Amino acid sequence: MSGARLDLDGVGKSFRGLRAVHDVSFSVPAGAIHALIGPNGAGKTTIFNMIAGVYAPDAGAVRLDGRAISGLRPDRVCDAGVGRTFQLVKPFKGLSVLENVTVGALHRTADLARARDSADAILSRLGLFERRHQLAESLTLPDRKRLEVARALATEPKLLLLDEVMAGLRPTEVDVMVGFLRELNGKTGLTILLIEHVMRAVMALAAEIVVASYGEKIAEGTPQEIARHQAVLDVYLGEPEAP
Amino acid sequence: MSFARRLVGHAAPRTLWSLVLLLALLLVAPAMLGKYWLSVLILILYFAYVGQAWNILMGFAGQLSLGHALYAGLGGYIAAGLFFHYGIGPWAGVFAAVAAAALAGTIVGYLGFRFSLAGVYFALLTIAFSEFTRIGFDHWEWAGGSAGLFLKVDASSDIANLRGGPLLFYYVILALAAGAFILCRALLESRLGRYWLAIREDAEAAQAVGVPVLRCKLIAIVISAALTALGGVWNAFYYNNLFPETAFAMGRSIEITLAPIIGGLGTLFGPIVGAVVLTGLGEAFTDLGEALGIPGIKQIFYGLALLVIVVYRPAGVWPRLADKLRLGERRR
Repeated sequence: MSGARLDLDGVGKSFRGLRAVHDVSFSVPAGAIHALIGPNGAGKTTIFNMIAGVYAPDAGAVRLDGRAISGLRPDRVCDAGVGRTFQLVKPFKGLSVLENVTVGALHRTADLARARDSADAILSRLGLFERRHQLAESLTLPDRKRLEVARALATEPKLLLLDEVMAGLRPTEVDVMVGFLRELNGKTGLTILLIEHVMRAVMALAAEIVVASYGEKIAEGTPQEIARHQAVLDVYLGEPEAP
Repeated sequence: MSFARRLVGHAAPRTLWSLVLLLALLLVAPAMLGKYWLSVLILILYFAYVGQAWNILMGFAGQLSLGHALYAGLGGYIAAGLFFHYGIGPWAGVFAAVAAAALAGTIVGYLGFRFSLAGVYFALLTIAFSEFTRIGFDHWEWAGGSAGLFLKVDASSDIANLRGGPLLFYYVILALAAGAFILCRALLESRLGRYWLAIREDAEAAQAVGVPVLRCKLIAIVISAALTALGGVWNAFYYNNLFPETAFAMGRSIEITLAPIIGGLGTLFGPIVGAVVLTGLGEAFTDLGEALGIPGIKQIFYGLALLVIVVYRPAGVWPRLADKLRLGERRR
């Protein structure tokens, strides 16, 4: 398992004339961790959904290792090597934690026993092993977030899209998740793109940050550059009043 | 070997032995039962069988069909028609019957699933197709139209043409029910089965982990329709008559859904337990009605009993019963 490079090239999407995302381009090199941030309604999740195949972009292209994946169905995008989590978690509620992750692992093997084994391995790395026989609906929100990550990882992606997996976690839990993702990235070279509001996690993980506002990319750079970027400060803190 | 291992897989020895015992009892049951009880057992096995078939689509893949009479009726009519007109026996006719039902399932499934009809909207589509077909058969001369299609009642045993007494039909439906049970178990323990459960729980999340949702749903409806058609063929030759008004009736479709719902949706034993409970209740209330001499009392009590079960055991009778018997099969 190694990472793949992600390129967004002038991607745009409108819903019934309402422009959700316009002309967004950025790249995540293979093996890098980047973050996508922006105020609510900036179009971050729409961008994720275009990468993951939920929506086909109206304009532009999404490429994974140079191969166009935009317009493919979500299961095809998964085949291509993209794993994703949902902002509003979507566990298979009536199935056990183990079965949830097993479904993901079945993407790589048709053998149920083998899929269970790799699901077990992923669950222990995410600290869910003790809960593997519980129904997913009985999990707390932080555990459900972990389950989302585990299930996506079970498909052995080359690019992992994480949509606000830190939200609702306590600071210590954020640190654990950050540690896990960093280790995962270090060991496997998996490329990670995360949408995140928890800046503690963004600053700790992301080599580069893309900032979106009103559906457009307004800044891109290292965390230090972004922290000083005037347009970003304007978006988050409001524009300075005219003297 | 690997198929057998997968079948037995994680099942507890206790469960396996119970099943073997049950099958052995059912095999020798006719020798111990009178005509009446044999006919009751036949009914139970029939509803267990078609319930198992319907459960694949609803209990496993989560797609509600209220039009399964379409597949049973289509299967029955085609096999009976081929026999009636051309003397083609049901063992051959069954292939045409199953193929027709599978095709019908594909059409209903493609229209429903391609355009993401879910829940009651998909159910409405299944009802609509069943109704179209009923009206079509009303006017189809070959199938006897609304006057119906009758097979010659023939008590002489002719297994090659599925002609014979209740004993023959008992063993055929027993084989079908046992076969469907084994097939369902094998399906559940396969990748496809797990994909169905994932789709039932959340289709969008399933697709995100690589489940080809449309294809899996189509396979579910085709298998379900084909198995139901087999039950329809059996049914046609057992009762020897077919009318569009009953073969494609809404009530027939509902009947098919009851055993798995009462027994426990998405479980392997649910359809069987449900069929026992429902047929038992039906017979008991029929006797009660006759004893009291009040017409319609059966339906009232039957309805009330179903209500009580649904209120107190919304997940079905089986899951709780399984816990009590330590046979542990949770809904999957």
